[in-house]
Amino acid sequence: MRPFTYSQAADVEAAVREVSTDGARFIAGGTNLLDLMKIDVLRPSHLVDITQIAHRSIDQTGEGGLLLGALVTNADTAYHPQVEQRYPLLSHAILAGATAQLRNMATDGGNLLQRTRCYYFYDTHTPCNKREPGSGCSAIKGYNRDLAILGTSESCIATHPSDMCVALAALEATVHVTGKAGERTIPFQDFHRLPGDTPHLDANLQPDEIITAIELPSKGFSQHYAYLKLRDRASYAFALVSVAAALELDGDTIKDIRVALGGVAHKPWRLPEAEALLKGQEATPATFQKLAKAYLQGARGYGHNDFKIELAQRAIVRALLQAKERKTTA
Amino acid sequence: MNTHHIGTPANRKDGREKVTGKAKYAAEYFAPDLVYGFVVNSAIAKGRITGIDLSEAQQLPGVLHIFTHENRPGYTWLDSHYQDEDSPPGSPFRPLYNNQITFSMQPIALVVAESFELARYAGMLVKVTYEEEPQETDFEKNLIHAYEPPNYKSSPPPKPWGNPEEAMAHAPVKLEQAYSHPAEHHNPMEMHAATVIYGQDGKLTVYDKIQGVQNSQKYLSHAFGIPLQDVHVVSEYVGGGFGSGLRPQYQLFLAVLAARELKRSVRLMLTRQQMFSFGHRPKTVQRFALGATQDGKLQALEQNAFAETSRFEDYSEDVVIWPGVLYACDNVKLTHKLVGLDVYTPLDMRAPGGTTGIYALECAIDEMAYQVGMDPMEFRLKNYSEKDYNKDKPFSSKELREAYRQGAARFGWEKRNPAPRSMKEGHQLIGWGVAQGAWEAKQQEAAAKAVLTPEGKLTVSSATADIGTGTYTVMAQIAAETLGLPLEDVTFKLGDSTLPKSPLEGGSWTVSSVGSAVKAVCEQVQEQLLKLAQKLENSPFSNAKREDLTFSGGRLFVTQAPAQSVSLAEVLAQAKGSPLEVEASLKPAKEQQNYSPYAHSATFVEVQVDEDLGTIKVTRIVSAIAGGRIINPKTARSQILGGAVWGIGVALEEHSVMDSRVGRFMTHDLDKYHVPVNADVQQIEVIFVEEHDAIVNPLGAKGLGEIGIVSVAPAIANAVFHATGKRVRELPITLDKLL
Ligand SMILES: Cc1cc2nc3c(=O)[nH]c(=O)nc-3n(C[C@H](O)[C@H](O)[C@H](O)COP(=O)(O)OP(=O)(O)OC[C@H]3O[C@@H](n4cnc5c(N)ncnc54)[C@H](O)[C@@H]3O)c2cc1C
Ligand code: SF4
Repeated sequence: MRPFTYSQAADVEAAVREVSTDGARFIAGGTNLLDLMKIDVLRPSHLVDITQIAHRSIDQTGEGGLLLGALVTNADTAYHPQVEQRYPLLSHAILAGATAQLRNMATDGGNLLQRTRCYYFYDTHTPCNKREPGSGCSAIKGYNRDLAILGTSESCIATHPSDMCVALAALEATVHVTGKAGERTIPFQDFHRLPGDTPHLDANLQPDEIITAIELPSKGFSQHYAYLKLRDRASYAFALVSVAAALELDGDTIKDIRVALGGVAHKPWRLPEAEALLKGQEATPATFQKLAKAYLQGARGYGHNDFKIELAQRAIVRALLQAKERKTTA
Repeated sequence: MNTHHIGTPANRKDGREKVTGKAKYAAEYFAPDLVYGFVVNSAIAKGRITGIDLSEAQQLPGVLHIFTHENRPGYTWLDSHYQDEDSPPGSPFRPLYNNQITFSMQPIALVVAESFELARYAGMLVKVTYEEEPQETDFEKNLIHAYEPPNYKSSPPPKPWGNPEEAMAHAPVKLEQAYSHPAEHHNPMEMHAATVIYGQDGKLTVYDKIQGVQNSQKYLSHAFGIPLQDVHVVSEYVGGGFGSGLRPQYQLFLAVLAARELKRSVRLMLTRQQMFSFGHRPKTVQRFALGATQDGKLQALEQNAFAETSRFEDYSEDVVIWPGVLYACDNVKLTHKLVGLDVYTPLDMRAPGGTTGIYALECAIDEMAYQVGMDPMEFRLKNYSEKDYNKDKPFSSKELREAYRQGAARFGWEKRNPAPRSMKEGHQLIGWGVAQGAWEAKQQEAAAKAVLTPEGKLTVSSATADIGTGTYTVMAQIAAETLGLPLEDVTFKLGDSTLPKSPLEGGSWTVSSVGSAVKAVCEQVQEQLLKLAQKLENSPFSNAKREDLTFSGGRLFVTQAPAQSVSLAEVLAQAKGSPLEVEASLKPAKEQQNYSPYAHSATFVEVQVDEDLGTIKVTRIVSAIAGGRIINPKTARSQILGGAVWGIGVALEEHSVMDSRVGRFMTHDLDKYHVPVNADVQQIEVIFVEEHDAIVNPLGAKGLGEIGIVSVAPAIANAVFHATGKRVRELPITLDKLL
């Protein structure tokens, strides 16, 4: 890898200051960043280690929700009693990703900002707009089995690979960030971007901004939820399609419903308008099918990934059925 | 004292070294003057290099040298100088030879620096310009150019027998189908590496990742024109081979080149991505035509295989010999053609030709069984071959029927509902499939040396390898059994080119070849012990011959008179403090030529396929193996388990995806190239059936490295059909193909 300098930030303020130099980047667990540096895809000249700043705990919020510190590991989040009991969807989603070893290192903040797994993004000998803006997209007419079918653009069809984020999208979390301009919060749905003609930008975050926490609202859908991840092997693979499904039921009537899709777009895919139409309806396969159809309307395949359009619809229906039928213990 | 080891489960001799990290692999040796290499690979698949700008890279402090085709030293001339024991016919690749690019990721420069990180960094700064030429890497598109090579690396396709055309024309039931097997890369856990220690006298000690140290030694000697005795190759531990270490790979050539030029010790390790820059299992398409009677007797069979090779070597493997081995069919026609592409030459990969050929054959046979409405196991038994039709020779032994019987019983095959898509649990469609397999049980010439100390400690050695199969352990068992010693008193040495001659570790022939040599050399030690024993006062052995003796429990005695036994210690005392030393070489017995030796397998599989989502789970595998005498049931079982796990990978996951627009495999890391993980592996049962074989080799053992994989993928594919009613004829069977 290319040489870089390194510093450890003591607090958020220092982190923001240190990352404001040219070519500087945060490093948290390093599970994504270091891999990409080794193969020359990312070339930071300075790394600001943020693992020692505060934001390493999970706390209650005044509104009855939970605040996940950005530096809490994915493992500690998934196994936190409050998360397990009140937000089991999040817990399941995290545990569906990566491996135990990786989850022990990976942080919640880093998870949000992990880069795509597109084949060409990883190979510096092939054109890729995300890696090298303006060089072209190799995937659109190339091998694109894992890539997106929704919200794609002429310049990029990459997916966001996270599982955790799919659950966070369904739970309507909020991202807390701090930058030189101060603190702000970003609704989860606005955090990640669609590729458009700036596919090199994954998120609506300024270069000097640090994620400090992820806030979960009080409603956790702990009764009726499912995270369904479909992939090419039973573990240790990114999703071809994943679904975070959550239901609030009154008998068989839908009081509230959330569906977020992973593996299909540059960001976790939500369609709140379509969800809204289902409120008050019976939770039946036919209803779920309607929603699935709405979600995939306008989806476009690129050859190898055409199958995802059908698969995603079936996965939505299945996940909602699982959510509905889930027998909660306790 | 128990000294009966053959047939008894024994823990790995090298287990402790491996789990404690004491075992050293090629990239873990050190020397005070050690420097590190990093290879720069070509960005294009075909064309020529028009310029290499090293200026920026060379300026980095700590970068010693960058080798390219422009500044390399002179090379030896002939193709034969670069050929090795596993070379296909053709002109072997020579790293940094000239400016021509013949495959993507071809090594084009070697950076040598004070650290690996620095070498890699400098590699990133090497600027290469190319003049690209159109490349051909689209297999399907190039099928029309398929050719029969003048020389096959494997055996040429057997000549046709009977009258296949006519038999096919008249067959009441016909089937024509094509099956496709993708390219795959070996991906052993240990990446290929070589550490070259440069001696003061210019002699080299080379730690190489290789499945045969003497192959690397000879290769280096020829390629660099240095005397054999000046190259010492060592490979005590190999972190998986699967065939990727049969041929010396470019890391070896380049590390030695650099060490000789710089007169320093050099280590060169490939990255995981670079593990996709050389040999692979070739993409293979097979067209089958089958003819049978209404009641399921095979009448005609035609198999036409098309497999990928490079432009510079004609790699071929035994893809089309399997019908003649496995089925009694009187009219057969077989062809095997190659499709030349701008890729690196394919390379033997666990059960080369068998994995691809048996997969396709066993799927075609399955389809025929359904077509005539027969149970797929019954169909196979009905067409069971009692001889090798390819060679028209009897088998040295074949207990495949018994494997079927025991495997089916354990699996519960009789409870199978024959109709596809007839078994279900919730959303899961359940399918049961079967397939059979075979693998040749070859014996090669091999040598071994035995040294028995006055204290009764035995060391046996041969230049073979232990690629994780258990060679250290099994050889010690054979030696200990022959001389009646406890296993702790026996050490086996391997992986050193100065040891007695051994073939490559591959082809499932190591136990058969080296094991037989170990037995032979220990029998010569027996002979010497007998001579010593005859010197004893009142020796009970004065008229005995070696054949009359039993060596057991640290003692020897005339088999007929066990009461008059003598301890080995007593006998060894006669040697007056000097150890017994014997070296022996063993060739296969002539008699073997009259027979065809094969190991056989019958594999039963249960899968669950989600009816809506297409996800596939292999819930049960029962593999019944007829593999001759089993030396160590524990390591033997591990081989079959490993083969079964790999079979899951072959059937459902492994796929080196070529982007033929750029001629590059795009799945070049373990995130994108999938092999099975723990969660994919559920219940696997291994059965070894009793099989006596006095012909195959003096041990009666058949070797198990490859028989465990061949019938697993087709059994899974057949189970998926049974579950879903959908026949996927293109591996891997991924969920999208079942939607
Ligand atoms: C083999 C493998 C398999 C995997 N499988 C899965 C999977 O199945 N599902 C899944 O969801 N994930 C998977 N992952 C990805 C894993 O979840 C991420 O790598 C991890 O979450 C990243 O967290 P990190 O702390 O290590 O981030 P780092 O690697 O340290 O950082 C990643 C990026 O985020 C930035 N960053 C980190 N923290 C902050 C912060 N607080 N504020 C601002 N910027 C920040 C860094 O600058 C960097 O750009 C896998 C990873 C690997 C290596
Ligand atoms: S899809 Fe995006 S990440 Fe992939 S090659 Fe195209 S631009 Fe690059």
